[in-house]
Amino acid sequence: MPTVTITVNGNTVSRAVEGRTLLVHFLREQLGLTGTHVGCDTSQCGACVVLVDGRSIKSCTMLAAQADGREVTTIEGLAAADGTLHPMQAAFRQHHGLQYGFCTPGMVMSAVELARTTPHLTEQAVRDGLEGNICRCTGYHNIVKAILAGAEAMQVEPVAQAAE
Amino acid sequence: MTNPAGTHPAGANPSGIGASIRRREDQRFLTGRGTYTDDINRPHQVHAFILRSPYAHARIGGFDLTAARAAPGVVAIFTGADLVADKVGSLPCGWQIHSKDGSPMIEPPHPPLVTDRVRHVGDQVALVLAETKAQARDAAELIVVDYQELPAVTGTRDALAPGAPLVHDQAASNLCFDWHLGDPAAVDAAFARAHHVTRIDLINNRLIANAMEPRAAIGEYDRATDDYTLWTTSQNPHVIRLLMGGFVLGIPEHKLRVIAPDVGGGFGSKIFHYAEEALVTWAARKIHRPVKWTADRSESFMSDAHGRDHVTHAELALDANGKFLGLRVNTIANMGAYLSTFAPSVPTYLYATLLAGQYATPAIYAEVRAVFTHTVPVDAYRGAGRPEACYVIERLVENAARELGIDRAELRRRNFIPPSAMPYATPVALEYDCGLFHRDLDEALTLIDYAGFPARKADSARRGKLRGIGFANYIEACGIAPSNIAGALGARAGLYESAEVRFHPTGSVTVFTGSHSHGQGHETTFSQLVSDRFGIPIDKIEIVHGDTSKVPFGMGTYGSRSLAVGGSAIAKAMDKIVAKGRKIAAHMLEAAETDIEFNAGRFSVAGTDRALGIADIALSAYVPHNYPLDELEPGLDEQSFYDPKNFTFPNGCQICELEIDPDTGVTKILAFVAADDFGKVINPMIVEGQVHGGIAQGIGQALMENCVYDSQSGQLLTGSYMDYCMPRADDLPSFQVAYHEEAPCTHNPLGVKGCGEAGTIGGSAAVMNAVVDALADRGITHLDMPATPERVWRALRDAMPAQAAE
Ligand code: FES
Repeated sequence: MPTVTITVNGNTVSRAVEGRTLLVHFLREQLGLTGTHVGCDTSQCGACVVLVDGRSIKSCTMLAAQADGREVTTIEGLAAADGTLHPMQAAFRQHHGLQYGFCTPGMVMSAVELARTTPHLTEQAVRDGLEGNICRCTGYHNIVKAILAGAEAMQVEPVAQAAE
Repeated sequence: MTNPAGTHPAGANPSGIGASIRRREDQRFLTGRGTYTDDINRPHQVHAFILRSPYAHARIGGFDLTAARAAPGVVAIFTGADLVADKVGSLPCGWQIHSKDGSPMIEPPHPPLVTDRVRHVGDQVALVLAETKAQARDAAELIVVDYQELPAVTGTRDALAPGAPLVHDQAASNLCFDWHLGDPAAVDAAFARAHHVTRIDLINNRLIANAMEPRAAIGEYDRATDDYTLWTTSQNPHVIRLLMGGFVLGIPEHKLRVIAPDVGGGFGSKIFHYAEEALVTWAARKIHRPVKWTADRSESFMSDAHGRDHVTHAELALDANGKFLGLRVNTIANMGAYLSTFAPSVPTYLYATLLAGQYATPAIYAEVRAVFTHTVPVDAYRGAGRPEACYVIERLVENAARELGIDRAELRRRNFIPPSAMPYATPVALEYDCGLFHRDLDEALTLIDYAGFPARKADSARRGKLRGIGFANYIEACGIAPSNIAGALGARAGLYESAEVRFHPTGSVTVFTGSHSHGQGHETTFSQLVSDRFGIPIDKIEIVHGDTSKVPFGMGTYGSRSLAVGGSAIAKAMDKIVAKGRKIAAHMLEAAETDIEFNAGRFSVAGTDRALGIADIALSAYVPHNYPLDELEPGLDEQSFYDPKNFTFPNGCQICELEIDPDTGVTKILAFVAADDFGKVINPMIVEGQVHGGIAQGIGQALMENCVYDSQSGQLLTGSYMDYCMPRADDLPSFQVAYHEEAPCTHNPLGVKGCGEAGTIGGSAAVMNAVVDALADRGITHLDMPATPERVWRALRDAMPAQAAE
């Protein structure tokens, strides 16, 4: 079995993996980082989104071997070391952008990249940007509000190191 | 008055009733530290893969397991014969319906693994246990099953056609029951004197709940103690313990613990007892290792209970003034291949009983035939019967208004049950306690600016677009239900809820509730009830749910019942705490018990400044040195089982405004407003969130979601998110939601009605009424859901005069 070395949430780990192991299964099963969820088997729900070298990626579309030598940030690595929530996490809480929380990690990770890469987000831009994430609870109403607020907060607050 | 989240007057207690406090559960969900079933791993566990039928209907001649058993990592493979040998029972049905002629419904066995016949794509054929999930899956591919494919029937209407393939041999047809409700003679008389009759034929499309967390289960058996534990994605762990322990596996309740940890949504689909729960629990004992199963999404599509799937003909009789005289409804409801846990109750007592809607229709008669087909079992999905009822009524009312040339709002107003008629006994067995239907309608009309609609429609027309507006004035029966009434109607369970309120010696409180939270925010809302009553801060309150070894026997969460029934149980238990505290306070303050007043956590002697906080009382209860030991036991820990006196009746008015592009058939929702009456509201922010999500599911059904089977092969054509269209952020608008608290529920201690399903109940009707309104100028009077661009475009094309279409 090949060995992969990946920096996950700032810690560099090496593990032997089967070639067919998906990044999401590597994170969940080998590293116990169960915050990243699996909601489908056709790469359409977005529950598994993580940041790989700062870009949001559906971790079910990537083999663990493809992440060799790269930096991965999961939802567990988003808050500051002292536990202070990332502005996007805080905005989801403030605006009730989650209910049962299963899509939430993927939503937040997608939102972080959306906010970082899109200046002057509008409601429509957020809705378009969430094309890859399904939420069954919120009707997206409060998620959209949260992302707009989170994006604004990210402009003024220093963003947690891990998300850079 | 409208109460946007966060501005509701919260009174003195910042975390009390009415405050939009932020959710306590969010911290763990936002940091990836929730514990969903698939996040749990047990030492030495094996992984289960379930081989499922690729055919809708086939006879199984036999199995060849040789190659599969020899595959790497395989621990064991079981088939139906192994279950039979162990006397494993059938998955039980929790509700019995009797047909018109008094005969009980046909109730075929539903084995956790089939023996000789498969009856739907996805039916469970074999259980493969291996060291890893991949190995289990690989081994399953090596199983050879001798299938002899048989003809199948999947369509609701087709099931009763002469010569239709039989799903179960024990009956002469696919009819499960032929049931009715109401007074046919009164309805015939009403139609005989009608000035006008509006008729409609409609389909309520089959849906898949699609909670984002796939179902999962882990079974564990402890040889030392003979104890079983099941972790499962359930909305009601005690119900699973009762059904699985009592009927399927024969495990007594004191030996079976069921835990439903964080659950990633249910929408009804996680109420039911599923085969996989029984299989992992049974197999754990067979192999003496924990057994873990998690569904792939493809499996969810073919094994989670589906929802809706009605075919209906309905007629509304009106007099010359537009007053409703009578309603006649004939429905065929698809049960799927087997009876899921509560399936028979959905198209009967949760559907026909709601056919009065908000209107004083004096005579109603409903006939419902339930049929078996070679499809996944159908059961409750958010709203469960009530969206189907609302859809029938509101589509009829809308068409009647158009046919009679009466404004749609005005026609509704003429027929509303007035507040003065409350409590109101409907002709279909319910007694509404309260409701201000005019008020809801007026508020929604203001929110949508109904008066400005003609101008907006004209503007759309100038841009070549078809604009429509549609209403849904819904009422639902929630907080199910008084146990004795439910029992008389066929329920095989009680429908109370339990609560235990445990005051700790140093003043903090743990509440154990039989309700289950899977997104509804109970940990927050229930804490607010306690904070409000006892005057203690929220961080001194813990809400425990979802574990049968911790919580008293509870019925769980469905039918918008958590607050109305579960919250009421907490309120009753708190009453007992206060009653006991009053006695303790009387002793400690040396006053008569009747002179002790209790307010926001303080016991005081009336007319004096002598008082004790409830924390002091609690300490004294556990350190009973100065304590009335002769008349009172120590401790401050009380339980309640609350059985509701009636259903609650949330109601409201939803209005949808949309625009259709006639060139493409694409529908764009421009505005969606909801003016609701949920009785008393504990946390406005959470309530509004529930409404948003409900509306999204209503819109989803109306415009995009549809579960489709191939009528020839019986294959599930919508078996993934590639084919089953889920609403995404760019399909939906933001919503305008308002509510009032002027008609609190009259019969529960909190005055609450429930809000979890409301959005879905009215949502699809409001959208479809708007779609038909937009298309009405082109002569289209009905369209079945979902109104996809293709359907709309075809309807427009078919409606064109022949010449123009060329
Ligand atoms: S698990 Fe659904 S997109 Fe990755």
